Amino acid sequence: MIATSVPSRPPAAARNAERRVLLKGNEALAEAAIQAGCDAYFGYPITPQAELLEWMARRMPEEGRAFVQAESEIGAISMALGAAAAGARVLVSTSSPGFSLMAEGMSYLAGSELPVVLVDVMRGGPGLGSIGPAQSDYLAAVKGHGHGDYRVPVLAPASIAEGMVLMADAFEIAERYRTPVILLADGILGQAMEPVVPTYRMPPRTDGDWVLSGADGRPPRVVKSLHLRPEALEAHNQHLQAKFSEIAAREVRWETERLDGAEIGVVAYGVAARVARTAVGRARDAGLAAGLFRPISLWPFPSAALAEAASRLRAVLVVELSAGQMVEDARLAIEGRAPVFFHGRTGGMVPSPSEVVGALRRAWAQTEPRGGTR
Amino acid sequence: MTVQAPVLPAAPADAPPARLIAGRPRLLEDRSTHYCPGCGHGVVHRLVAEVLDELGVAGRTIAVAAVGCAVFAYDYLHVDFVEAQHGRAPAVATGIRRVRPDHFVLTYQGDGDLAAIGTAEIVHAAARGERITTIFVNNGTYGMTGGQLAPTSLLGQRTSSTPLGRDARLNGYPIPITEMLALAPGTAYAARGSVATPSTIGRTKAMIRRACETQIEGLGFSIVEVLSNCPVGWGMTPVESIAHLAEVAETYPLGVLVDRGAEG
Repeated sequence: MIATSVPSRPPAAARNAERRVLLKGNEALAEAAIQAGCDAYFGYPITPQAELLEWMARRMPEEGRAFVQAESEIGAISMALGAAAAGARVLVSTSSPGFSLMAEGMSYLAGSELPVVLVDVMRGGPGLGSIGPAQSDYLAAVKGHGHGDYRVPVLAPASIAEGMVLMADAFEIAERYRTPVILLADGILGQAMEPVVPTYRMPPRTDGDWVLSGADGRPPRVVKSLHLRPEALEAHNQHLQAKFSEIAAREVRWETERLDGAEIGVVAYGVAARVARTAVGRARDAGLAAGLFRPISLWPFPSAALAEAASRLRAVLVVELSAGQMVEDARLAIEGRAPVFFHGRTGGMVPSPSEVVGALRRAWAQTEPRGGTR
Repeated sequence: MTVQAPVLPAAPADAPPARLIAGRPRLLEDRSTHYCPGCGHGVVHRLVAEVLDELGVAGRTIAVAAVGCAVFAYDYLHVDFVEAQHGRAPAVATGIRRVRPDHFVLTYQGDGDLAAIGTAEIVHAAARGERITTIFVNNGTYGMTGGQLAPTSLLGQRTSSTPLGRDARLNGYPIPITEMLALAPGTAYAARGSVATPSTIGRTKAMIRRACETQIEGLGFSIVEVLSNCPVGWGMTPVESIAHLAEVAETYPLGVLVDRGAEG
């Protein structure tokens, strides 16, 4: 069951009618952005997302659109800020160390209310870490990056096909709310190849009355984040918060699998959810009534849906490619409705399905059946 | 210290009627500025406003405001503006340029912004030969934050973060960033002017005009450094600070550094 406030996938029949092709994640995301009408791409080489930049280097000039390999990730996100202010549909991409450098730009994009889509193909950290897959930027993407009171929608695909769909959705959300949007992938999604029926979508364009096009026959426009008067900045912050509330109400996305009748739930996003899905199947085969809850939007987090699901479970297991980041949001959402356990691997290591089944068994053994559920 | 206002002689009775020889440029908003008394930014704003108007590009100009005293340039100059992060104006301008090829793109930056935190962005905008024009106002200090050492501060200059004066062994040397940028093949025009005297101001205007023409002609990156004064940051009266610009010009000589358009 997919629960979203925005329809994001064509019906299965329509998808199967198309021919399947083998696509690499980074390249599929890049082409999805092009087909979604991306006018400009700015990036800096970093593993494991370099193929995204390379795809854009070849394809954007073919389409007559802008491509710049910037001097740094700081340069790339700053170019994105300028292009977005001039009304372009803009993509930047990076991996974790580069995401740290883009934090400054994210704060200014949020403050200036500029739509930009940022792909972070996460790798292990901290520091240079490794080039292996990780989900250790969850806190940075969902809670952190730049300074100031702001939120940024974060979408986390679990497959290459879903990443392509979410790319178009990301542009649409960015422009509808005038906000940067993060597409949070990982080294596996970036590097793996999967058979995909390419589904492209070009979100409609809207010309904002804020776009910088030259003050010819109209008063000059200013795109800025500086409001020196405290009253003015508070008013601006209240405006931003009202927008974030609207996003939190309307853009929550998640998916559940085999959760109806389940007694124990696994919560996982992105590539961890792929492992968890296999683990849930094996657990079911072994007689353990497991189900999967997969957040797709990490902010806004599907808190209400998870809380509701957890109220029927004897235990919840959160699985991540991190030392435990999303688990904090899961605990906040569940608020004690069920005991929450965690299993994570770091440094580019990926938990195996049997590891997750083992963690499910331990959680099962440490908990009691829910009163009245059996 | 008291500053004497100049006393104008009374006009003789048979003088011809007054004739306006200088007014407010059309692109400069009719309002008082936040700049300190005697600050050179007002002069540079005027020159930019005059040149954009004379070249007829104001209606398709997108300017980038940089962090520093002149971040509020958008309150005075009657063109579209976007505000950049500190030092990033040339990258922001690059983004605009690449999606608006027919527009006129300008950055207005100070020396802390351009020659310290934004060194990478300005160097690579020049290296790419980005078709943008940078107005670089060098007053040798961080005016907005209280007059600290800037990369361009003179040797011996007392600032709030070099209370004993800039010592090369501790604080390094003044950076000749415009000379460095002039070396880049992508830099089509680089020059250094000053707000010191009416005559240097006139030459600076010609430089700004030539830099803007360079962009319009599609020749590459163009930059005009303008030596300007910061009376408050320097601890001088406006008159003293203007006189001091002659000493600043000994470290930063005035003139055209490169004009590839003229080289043909």
